[in-house]
Amino acid sequence: MSTTQFLDFSVHVALAVLSVTFLLTVFKVIRGPTLPDRILALDMLVAVAIGFIAVIGIKTGYTLYLDIAIALGLVGFLATVAFARFILTRGRIEESDSDKPRLVTGDGNRSRASARGKQAAGEAEGRGGATTSEKAPKKVK
Amino acid sequence: MDTVIDIFAGLLILAGAFFAFVAAVGLWRFPDIYSRMHAASKAGTLGSGLVLLALAVHAGDTATVTRALAGIVFFLLTAPISAHLLARAAYVVGYGLVESSVLDEMDESKNKV
Repeated sequence: MSTTQFLDFSVHVALAVLSVTFLLTVFKVIRGPTLPDRILALDMLVAVAIGFIAVIGIKTGYTLYLDIAIALGLVGFLATVAFARFILTRGRIEESDSDKPRLVTGDGNRSRASARGKQAAGEAEGRGGATTSEKAPKKVK
Repeated sequence: MDTVIDIFAGLLILAGAFFAFVAAVGLWRFPDIYSRMHAASKAGTLGSGLVLLALAVHAGDTATVTRALAGIVFFLLTAPISAHLLARAAYVVGYGLVESSVLDEMDESKNKV
């Protein structure tokens, strides 16, 4: 086994390992229980992408993407800082079942959908000229 | 000389990929946000830095080596800042430590005031 073969082998192993790492981090972004967990996983996604760029630069000899890696690091850093400020301004929101994003077709959305339907019907009645006592109050900005 | 460079770059690539994988495993295994941050910030930065260093060792020309080293330096400068800001924001807002934590020094400083 020559040294060039060893470098080739290590590049392929690294690409496989980095792919698994990328997948694990993406799943952490999806299911991380709190917002800071998701932001941390996004920050790590940037690091893994920079590692990918470096490995591809070694494999193909095409090092033009290094500039993109540096710019990506800058953007990821600024995004993390902005997300941290966002957490500070947002405050802590308890991640309960009612706060989780749901699919529109889920069972948990039925009550909300029916409430929306009632409201829409009320608005339609109001537009139709019927004098209903249960008009939705206008939002005051 | 070429063989030494190839072996060294291969070992650096393997080590960097291993550390990145360890960081991802730490994201899943640790109990609260602060210990997860400890894993992801340090091990993830080390993984990317090692792979960039392998690129700098493997590439012959000065431009690539300079850019790779600049990327490493920039990454090492920004990763602690972002991790500290995120941890401080999470603590101030009230994301708690896990129950098995031994010491919360920021809590003591809050009680003093």
